[in-house]
Amino acid sequence: MTPRLALCLVLAGGWLGAPRPAAAQHATAFDVVDGKQAFQRICANCHGPDGDLVAGVDLGHGNFRQPYSDEQLGTIILQGIPNTPMPPNPTMSEEQARQIVAYLRSLALSEEVGLQGEPTRGQVLFEGRGDCLTCHRVAGRGSGLGPELTGVGQLRTSAELQESLLAPAARVLPNHRFYRVVTAQGERVSGRLLNHDAFSVQLLDTAERLRSFTKAELREHGFVAPDMPALQAAEYSEQDVADLVAYLASLRGNTP
Amino acid sequence: MTIALRWQTLLLPVLLGAAANAWAQVNFDDLLHPEERPGDWLSYSRSLDNQRHSPLTQVDAGNVANLELQWVWQARSLEKFEATPLVVDGVLYTVQAPNDVVALDAATGRLFWTYHHEPDPARTCCGRVNRGLAILGNTLFMGTVDAHLLAIDARSGQLLWNVEVADSEALYSITMPPLVVEDKVYIGTAGGDLGIRGYVAAFDVADGHELWRFYTIPAPGEPGNDTWTGDSWQTGGAAVWNAGAYDAEANLIYFGTGNPAPDWDGRTRLGDNLYSDSVIALDTDTGALRWHYQFTPHDEMDYDSTQVPLLADIEWQGRERKVILWANRNGLMYVLDRLSGEFLLGKPFVEVNWMDGFDANGRPQRVPGMVPTPGGTLIRPHVHGAINWAPPAYSPATGLFYVAHWEHSGIVAIEGQFPQAVGINTRQTTMGDVALEPFLNDDDEAFGVIRAYAPATLEPAWEFNLGNITWGGVLSTAGNLVFGGGKDGYFVALDARSGALLWKASLGGQVNAGPMSYLANGRQYVAVAAGSALFTFALP
Repeated sequence: MTPRLALCLVLAGGWLGAPRPAAAQHATAFDVVDGKQAFQRICANCHGPDGDLVAGVDLGHGNFRQPYSDEQLGTIILQGIPNTPMPPNPTMSEEQARQIVAYLRSLALSEEVGLQGEPTRGQVLFEGRGDCLTCHRVAGRGSGLGPELTGVGQLRTSAELQESLLAPAARVLPNHRFYRVVTAQGERVSGRLLNHDAFSVQLLDTAERLRSFTKAELREHGFVAPDMPALQAAEYSEQDVADLVAYLASLRGNTP
Repeated sequence: MTIALRWQTLLLPVLLGAAANAWAQVNFDDLLHPEERPGDWLSYSRSLDNQRHSPLTQVDAGNVANLELQWVWQARSLEKFEATPLVVDGVLYTVQAPNDVVALDAATGRLFWTYHHEPDPARTCCGRVNRGLAILGNTLFMGTVDAHLLAIDARSGQLLWNVEVADSEALYSITMPPLVVEDKVYIGTAGGDLGIRGYVAAFDVADGHELWRFYTIPAPGEPGNDTWTGDSWQTGGAAVWNAGAYDAEANLIYFGTGNPAPDWDGRTRLGDNLYSDSVIALDTDTGALRWHYQFTPHDEMDYDSTQVPLLADIEWQGRERKVILWANRNGLMYVLDRLSGEFLLGKPFVEVNWMDGFDANGRPQRVPGMVPTPGGTLIRPHVHGAINWAPPAYSPATGLFYVAHWEHSGIVAIEGQFPQAVGINTRQTTMGDVALEPFLNDDDEAFGVIRAYAPATLEPAWEFNLGNITWGGVLSTAGNLVFGGGKDGYFVALDARSGALLWKASLGGQVNAGPMSYLANGRQYVAVAAGSALFTFALP
């Protein structure tokens, strides 16, 4: 399937206002509504309302510890995962588990909005004038400093992608935050924050080296805005933005 | 002493070597007067007043910097390790989640025995956890996630009796440590988020038969039932899922109760919803309710009041007063008279926006509009709380109340749904887990602290910033130390009077339990669970 066809399918689904591809084959909109209620009542206490509270798992964006089928997800919901905090749900019916799966799938595929763009033109912009690979990586090419984009089309809606291009500072996910330190020797290091605690901080610096610092030994340290520039209207037309969005939305590879 | 006992004392260690350490003997006087056995740790928070204060002084503020790892015991389970061990005569007993009891040599960590309980499938809100054991005589008591109460021989690890406290298929479970007073063992039922009707029950220590039961939601015709509309009382929650306390003079046991159900939607249960989110004082012998105080009437934010009740005798307005100190999940800290239940003092200890004062009876005055709405209302603190279940401590030496809790937390409350985060200032903080995970919160988002409070004023005396939020408890020792830890996997020792950091260890897993201290072979150990292992430290 070409990217263009994929995008058309996505947009068509959005117009119809119904859950699409995988979920649509078996689930109805009622399933999704019921599944949402069950999710909020049963699952959200640990997974959070958006399904992204457990480390390494983002149920709302189709990000599981491994790629599960609908049946496998249903089994996990019913039986739990032994030796993990994921409990069994002995009182839940298979039907209810199926509805929760339908709801999760519908989240990951939630409706796309926005402009008609041409993905191939977007790719040219992305790799050329936009110079995006300096900070981002797609299918093994580019830098790991900024968010990995190989599968971003599966994880973000077109509206979210557009916002990230036009106002990148508007919403920075915690795992994309930037941090800057100044060592006692005066070295200035900034990069993507990987972790911090009462005593130390861990970064991926702009040269993509893993760096760890003891806070007590630093002259300065703190959060800074990521280096992502907003697209300027003087340099990028609305069609350019639409093309970039279309390209990003077409990126549906497996995120490493 | 009889000749037989003396013979036993002299010869058993020679004949049986280390195994003689497994000889447990705990009578009720020992539980009531743990100061007579300073090297042991005989109940969840060491004493039945839950002060979690060790009288041991080998490790002190002057030498704690030399503390070294002695042994680690790795649990077979990869579920959260929330139990505080017991130590009796050099034998350490703890629980491997969900419900395996182990007996270890407290000096070496070597295994004496394991008792395995295979629970029936059970639903728990927040993991198949267990917070610890109780002991009397040679019998250990444990509640299980499938809502049974077990008695296990502390010498052999063999099951003595097993009774069903409640029906796990009806979504009851047990995660709390039992409480033992004289010849009774008390346990409560979890499942409040799942629509149970909570209760505390007393069982005979000898054979496990039920002696009395107190429902935390009154039935029709009983006082308080009119605080629920319709049939909502039948599924109203008010679970009891954390340790209780005992006052011998009053002959009262105290428990905190959980949230009313459904958690985030009060429309079907109009009224105060007694006795949810309360402390209840029950007659030890009969289970009759002597008094109660409700912290959060008609709660719609899941502010369980299942914190560990801490009893202390403090100077209050010029005279000694017997009080309960309570740092609550709703963001308020309280001093209550534990004999009468009288509200003495209450004030926010973190940012709170759902109430703005108390009336003359100590009832919180709600801020209009600060309730879940269809569009969402930003409410502070977070649904997981300013503090959740982690045990606090109190030092009679410093007179300070030590609490590990969260700061700057909040959540958007939406009618009928799990509350949602909004904006970076209310970034959600996950529940405790085993493994470390990245902590990326900005400075004005939720973080964890250990704070010392003056009980008479509830004003903070000092603070140690833990960085990440915490699900771990604190330990006070007579060595002028406070120990604690959190989600970032550090275990720290602080000066009990100043909060200064004196020592730390990185344990590589989240600290989700209360620390404790004991003597083995005359040497002081400090122990805490982190990740899926138990770590012990001592001076070289």
